Amino acid sequence: MIHSLFLINHSGDIFLEKHWKSVIGRSVCDYFFEAKEKAVQPENVPPVLQTPHHYLISVYRDKLFFLSVVQTEVPPLFVIEFLHRVADTVQDYFGECSEGVIKDNVVTVYELLEEMLDNGFPLATESNVLKEMIRPPTILRSVVNTLTGGSNVGDTLPTGQLSSIPWRRAGVKYTNNEAYFDVIEEIDAILDKSGTTVFAEIQGVIEACVRLTGMPDLTLSFMNPRLLDDMSFHPCVRFKRWESERILSFIPPDGNFTLMTYHVSSQNVVALPVYVKQNISFLETGSCGRLDITIGPKQTMGKTVEGLTVTVHMPKTVLSANLTATQGNYTYNLATKVLVWDIGKLNPQKLPNLRGSLSLQAGAPRPEENPALDITLKIQQLAISGLKVSRLDMYGEKYKPFKGVKYLTKAGKFQVRT
Amino acid sequence: MLTRVRPTILSVLRNEDLKEMLESNKESLKLEAMKRVVGLIAKGKNASELFPAVVKNVANKNIELKKLVYVYLVRYAEEQQDLALLSISTFQRALKDPNQFIRASALRVLSSIRVPIIVPIMMLAIKESAADMSPYVRKTSAHAIQKLYSLDPDQKEQLIEVIEKLLKDKSTLVAGSVVMAFEEVCPDRIDLIHKNYRKLCNLLVDVEEWGQVVIISMLTRYARTQFISPWKESGDATSFSQSLSEKKDQMEAKTYIMDPDHRLLLRNTKPLLQSRNTAVVMSVAQLYWHLAPKHEVTIVTKSLVRLLRSHREVQYIVLQNIATMSIQRKGMFEPFMKSFYVRSTDSTHIKTLKLEILTNLANEANISTILREFQTYVKSQDKAFAAATIQAIGRCATNISEVTDTCLNGLVLLLSNRDETVVAESVVVIKKLLQTQPTQHSEIIKHMAKLFDNITVPMARASILWLMGEYCERVPKIAPDVLRKMAKTFTAEEDIVKLQIVNLAAKLYLTNSKQTKLLTQYILNLGKYDQNYDIRDRTRFIRQLIVPSEKSGALNKYARRILLAPKPAPVLESAFKDRDRYQLGTLSHSLNTKASGYQELSDWPAVAPDQSVRNVEVIEPVRNLPSSPTSYHRYNSYMPDSTVTQRCYSKSGSESEEESSEESEKTSSDSGKSSSGSEQESSSESESQQKKKKKTKKAPQKKSKPAAADRYSEIPPVRWTLRASFFFPVNLACPDVTTPSFGPVKTYELLHHMTGKGLSAKYHFPRQPCLYQPSMVAVQVVLTNSSDHSLEEIHIGDRNPASLNLHCFNTIERLEPEASVTVSMGIDFSDSTQAANFQLCTKDDQFSVSIQPAVGELFMPITMTEQDFSKEQGKLLGMNETSETIAMATANTSSQAISKQVLSVANVGVVSSTQNDIHRFAGRTVSSGALVLVSLEMKESSSALLTINTEKSVMASMLLRDLKQALAQA
Repeated sequence: MIHSLFLINHSGDIFLEKHWKSVIGRSVCDYFFEAKEKAVQPENVPPVLQTPHHYLISVYRDKLFFLSVVQTEVPPLFVIEFLHRVADTVQDYFGECSEGVIKDNVVTVYELLEEMLDNGFPLATESNVLKEMIRPPTILRSVVNTLTGGSNVGDTLPTGQLSSIPWRRAGVKYTNNEAYFDVIEEIDAILDKSGTTVFAEIQGVIEACVRLTGMPDLTLSFMNPRLLDDMSFHPCVRFKRWESERILSFIPPDGNFTLMTYHVSSQNVVALPVYVKQNISFLETGSCGRLDITIGPKQTMGKTVEGLTVTVHMPKTVLSANLTATQGNYTYNLATKVLVWDIGKLNPQKLPNLRGSLSLQAGAPRPEENPALDITLKIQQLAISGLKVSRLDMYGEKYKPFKGVKYLTKAGKFQVRT
Repeated sequence: MLTRVRPTILSVLRNEDLKEMLESNKESLKLEAMKRVVGLIAKGKNASELFPAVVKNVANKNIELKKLVYVYLVRYAEEQQDLALLSISTFQRALKDPNQFIRASALRVLSSIRVPIIVPIMMLAIKESAADMSPYVRKTSAHAIQKLYSLDPDQKEQLIEVIEKLLKDKSTLVAGSVVMAFEEVCPDRIDLIHKNYRKLCNLLVDVEEWGQVVIISMLTRYARTQFISPWKESGDATSFSQSLSEKKDQMEAKTYIMDPDHRLLLRNTKPLLQSRNTAVVMSVAQLYWHLAPKHEVTIVTKSLVRLLRSHREVQYIVLQNIATMSIQRKGMFEPFMKSFYVRSTDSTHIKTLKLEILTNLANEANISTILREFQTYVKSQDKAFAAATIQAIGRCATNISEVTDTCLNGLVLLLSNRDETVVAESVVVIKKLLQTQPTQHSEIIKHMAKLFDNITVPMARASILWLMGEYCERVPKIAPDVLRKMAKTFTAEEDIVKLQIVNLAAKLYLTNSKQTKLLTQYILNLGKYDQNYDIRDRTRFIRQLIVPSEKSGALNKYARRILLAPKPAPVLESAFKDRDRYQLGTLSHSLNTKASGYQELSDWPAVAPDQSVRNVEVIEPVRNLPSSPTSYHRYNSYMPDSTVTQRCYSKSGSESEEESSEESEKTSSDSGKSSSGSEQESSSESESQQKKKKKTKKAPQKKSKPAAADRYSEIPPVRWTLRASFFFPVNLACPDVTTPSFGPVKTYELLHHMTGKGLSAKYHFPRQPCLYQPSMVAVQVVLTNSSDHSLEEIHIGDRNPASLNLHCFNTIERLEPEASVTVSMGIDFSDSTQAANFQLCTKDDQFSVSIQPAVGELFMPITMTEQDFSKEQGKLLGMNETSETIAMATANTSSQAISKQVLSVANVGVVSSTQNDIHRFAGRTVSSGALVLVSLEMKESSSALLTINTEKSVMASMLLRDLKQALAQA
């Protein structure tokens, strides 16, 4: 299936290669570089490319290209999903996924790749299994290793892969037993010029951090599971139990993982936490424009809106911006033409406002379209859909774990057209 | 700078240094050296020189070092074949290691060494490992098959034998890998799948996610060759036709009956739509698209739309597939139209695909919404995208005649846009639209002529010129003037424009030669000496065609008919129109060309091939299941002629021959073993129980024997592994559920003949797996007519709660006086002892009845070894453990007596025990498949510690109560 993998950085250098079958020369990447040239933006490189003898399937993440070479028919999503898993694993092991980190840990990464695929077919992709085979580096261990000549490779071979629950490693022990669940909801919305909602929906995800000794069996139930319309689960969740009782019953993996993602049924009207009043205009003469943006709270359920930012991708002809913000700071990047207004907390008494003038390149035609505003925000302790966890129970172990649930609402792809 | 210089200096010295380090005695030095070597390999540098030094360390004890050596070996063995052979003996030895992981990794490396000489050794290793105890090693051998096949395709026949063997494997670990090997080595040997089809379907949910993708795609191909089309009676399989034929479908649906195996596949793949793995979701979606009846395909929509939240690359592939689907089935995605709205931050290829889908979804009802959305896109800063939007508007305009004029007007407005690409695209689209209805649009042509000077994009200019020429009679004054202008600028134009100028000139010459004769000749002369040979060629051709001379032949007369022939309007259609010839979700579909190794999806067969090929007669016991020596008996005892009376755990020797053989069918091997003393026990059995049994005995026996034999030939026991909840892989560690162990049958009254106006009903739990649904408990009801007239139409009416999942028996048309009949039902109690209430109806009356199961009937027995039992018990501690010290009746101290009492209360299996004072029983709950482990530890002075381990704590306490009671009484 997957023949080879090349890791390529932003400027087009191959800094790691791994072959699971016979070796394929680097020159195969030339086709990719050609496409990359053509696409200008790295995001625009087509994920699937055809060359005379091979097919190239790539993903772009964290400013790196993960480029895989396949020779025969294979579901492209299979490869794409796997490449993202590779990136996730690197992220999981080293805290970030970047060229520097991979270069520093090149042997570990190589060992990981070796374990993840056999003959191009995924072998072990569960983080818990991998961590048993190849231990992630910690400062303490690397010090010890250099002194004693010890290694990162586990000397006990993983049992996880053989057990009926391959996602959990065996023999987990903690002095503090804790289980935390973050219910994070994102609002995707498109508002039109007049502020009317063109499209809005809520997507949620439950991220878990479970550090429990032994083999705990957890059940998580919701006050209002009917809100959930469509969801996907971590393999540990017993689907049948969910179907019959709407309860999440699972033996969790150790550590951080995504328990489920969900979509809130579209019948419910989405409560938008903020409204935006804006006026951007470019004058026909004099090569200048005006900008005036005000943001106010709409339905915040009594919570404060934090981390509010507004991002505007200005037309190429906008040279500079001369604005005043009643709250927060704004920056205008001349190279990328991106205006960022970092507001922070939204004060309902005194609405933040940004106004002023834009100066345009002299002689250039008036921009056709006004730029769209991308909004980000955060509301702590609120799931905007109203979803509530009712209880979390643990079976199978005798101790009392510390349990916590946190709610967070964020703006996902929240766009205001102007 | 420093970092760049260092490697070049080092690389000269490095190899020597590394060699020295590798040959040193210090482990840490060797490891350090190996790490550097692997670092070199990772960077794509050549490190083959070190081969001799590295290969010496292949037998090193340090695991990390060993692994790194393996990595090196696999990378360079092909180049250094002779030296690589030195390492082979190490692997051969490791293949015999007691540790399964060492065996597996040895096979993994051995099979990755691409040296043709060792093919026979590999073959031998694969064959041995395929029969290994450990499923992990067997999985590795499935991978090795593919490696060997690519190294030496001549081994195909032998490898197919191994594949055939591995396909029979019941481990979820192996399934994915062996199907992958099958796909690679012998995808056409569909006959190997028949016997394993049902098993694969049933295992599917528990297979690891990557294996699921492979199995699903293989099963899709399989199903298309084995089942008949659910779409139409005789179908063109690939094209869904429009609504007309859909109506016809519904009519024909009545005559079409889906093969139960076909249904099995659809049912078992459905829960995978909720997988977190996008590839799995996509593969289920394509399976439904290619295999499911049309009205069922819609269930995949939501999941596909969900994938659009994922990474950009995932979106790209999913959108491509949705684009193909939305052409044929607008209705599927129309409710989710807004999910395809474009954001300015989307990357260009995503935007284009979304646009494509929106255009496909457009119909009379939503076109105004879509066009309003398109208006925003046209103004986009991404001009390529704006241009694509204009094309999309053009397509909407041709497809939906109501909006053609609106679109056309909108496009004309765009002609005054400041952006060139937008204008150019508009011109091209307007040209196409005008062709479809040229009559009333001379105004637009005039408008375009006016704009002509400002348009510089060649394609647009060419389009306008073509329009002028084509409709020159409608704009008689303007066309010659345009030609005049063009004559002036001819030499400066692009080739494509020049061709159209020549074209325009020719057409004008034919219609209006008075005004344009000279101009035409001038242009033709310019063309004659043009640098481009196409233009010279065209000029020559046109000249011969239109200008009469002696040489020009008969064609001259037809010049007008040739050049001004009415031309068919272009059809604006989706670029995804013919993508459906490829299976969805494949690489070929994504690229729109056939990728190498692409397996064509065959059309449905007109007549279904023999269904019985999938029947599995005798199931081989799982290799390393401890009960394997005896489990054959289990199946043998289903043979109708078996005389196993003496073996059965009979409670009464005086029972008829019939009954005892029936019981023997239910007797598991375990209880069979422990039954030696049971004959004596029988006398102590309570009188009342015996009576009850006699009442019920007739009916069930009548059909039970042959029915059971049939059933078990069809339903392999693996089905029961499904129980363990969908996403919960049941592994070898978890034992198979066995056929029920025998316990005495208690009969309960359902309806007394007084209240039932002559109809009486009694029920008992036959303790057999329910045929209808695995989550149901089988119930047998004996209906007796005690009245003096015959009863008609006995059936089940309303149930309470209405959601009660109940499998009714078929309506009994007529029951004569004094006659009785036994019927089977299935009830899903959802692991609770709550009564199932329903109505038992005759033609004239309705009686409310209820069945309340004893907690023990909600289990089914499983066999496990003592070790497995202890292991599972270890997982079910704490909240999941219920225990109590109980008093035992003195009669109940022998192990037979205990077994009998426990089995009479609960439908569990006996676990053979090496300790005399501990008795163990294992079962699963029927509905959720939760493990229930009962252990009884004998203490002195007729007391015992009874422990029940299960996650169903309520059931545990109820079971405890029942057991306590049973064991306390003699």
